[in-house]
Amino acid sequence: MRVAISATGRTLEDDVDPRFGRCRYFIIADTESMQYEAMDNAAAAAGGGAGVSAGQAIAAKGVEAVLTGNCGPNAYQVLEAVGIKVVTGVSGTVKEAIDGYRTGRYKESSQPNVPDHFGMGGAAGR
Amino acid sequence: MIISVASGKGGTGKTLVATSLALSLKDAGPVALLDCDVEEPNAHILLKPEIAGREPVNMPVPVVDLDRCTYCGECARVCAYNAIAVLGKHVLTFPQLCHGCGACSYLCPEKAISEEPRQTGIVEWGDAHGVRLVHGILTVGEAMAPPVIRKVKERTGDRPGGIVIRDVPPGTSCPVVEAVQGSDFCLLVTEPTPFGLNDLALAVETVRELRIPCGVVLNRAGIGDAGVEEYCLQERIPVLLTIPLHMEIARLYSRGITLVEGMPYWKERFQRLFDRIKEIVHEGSRSLKR
Ligand code: SF4
Ligand code: SF4
Repeated sequence: MRVAISATGRTLEDDVDPRFGRCRYFIIADTESMQYEAMDNAAAAAGGGAGVSAGQAIAAKGVEAVLTGNCGPNAYQVLEAVGIKVVTGVSGTVKEAIDGYRTGRYKESSQPNVPDHFGMGGAAGR
Repeated sequence: MIISVASGKGGTGKTLVATSLALSLKDAGPVALLDCDVEEPNAHILLKPEIAGREPVNMPVPVVDLDRCTYCGECARVCAYNAIAVLGKHVLTFPQLCHGCGACSYLCPEKAISEEPRQTGIVEWGDAHGVRLVHGILTVGEAMAPPVIRKVKERTGDRPGGIVIRDVPPGTSCPVVEAVQGSDFCLLVTEPTPFGLNDLALAVETVRELRIPCGVVLNRAGIGDAGVEEYCLQERIPVLLTIPLHMEIARLYSRGITLVEGMPYWKERFQRLFDRIKEIVHEGSRSLKR
């Protein structure tokens, strides 16, 4: 099955990016074959609505689950609408995250775990 | 005459200057003080007006008629703010991201989108000590301050020959631009410290981009260094008023008393400040005509 991981780099050895909407990259990986592709997160620099934009990009990838550190309400709503599971609280390398998911170590979250604008870094909009 | 009172960051004494300036000028014409810091309005704490009226601030947000929608995705593509997402047979709207620009409803090929007002804040006004105070309050959790600020600006009372003082939110972002835009002059309140200088330089850039003449009020003079004054000399920005670091001034402010009420001799200094501003504005309009 295919999963999407928010990542700080383009390989399996890079770390999971704790932010979903504003992560640098997404890694789309097959949990069995460990084949993967990396994509830039075009939403990282969006003025607002990064979560919605990133969520749409991931929704178009047809993955089963998203593994990330934190996910805000807007992104969560988008992913939920298309039936993508969201796993938050994931850290370590991308590879560790995929292994963890395959072995059933993570539980899917039933709600966003951070408020709006979590990944904006500092005083948003002021 | 519209004078904005701004500062690069909060806590520099912007509201102290704005309130005292407003109170000092009430003999020169009808004065309105607009508190444009809609995320944290505080001029009313000092002026204690009786609220005479209030008006909600609404933003038109899209509502999709799913019977007409074909899920073509056009609305999501044209929205520059990611406030609409179309996913398969779902259309999600995110009212809190919406800027109310109307592009989606205008461009929807099925005319499936209508607009519905959503309240994002409120504007209140009232009189205090002969000054009309108007302030806006952005609803907690809302991100869009400019529409509320715009409503505050519309509520000046429209009195001929009137003087309008705008208390501008701190920082240099969109809300600041919205609040300063359209004023004849901008007073920049700062402290004589390296931090103050840094924020002042950013604020100067902003007002210069807007082509509004500016001058500096140096607050808490006596602390810090000469950096701000050197900067002002170099940039040819007049320092129009200096307020010393003074226990009594701080004490008055913390008790919610304006400077000109607590220390009436300041009134004349604020009047002189206004006269200098008038001179600068007239100079400017003359040199423009030449
Ligand atoms: S543009 Fe109109 S028809 Fe197309 S998805 Fe949006 S609401 Fe539906
Ligand atoms: S009104 Fe403008 S900002 Fe709001 S959803 Fe439509 S296109 Fe986006």
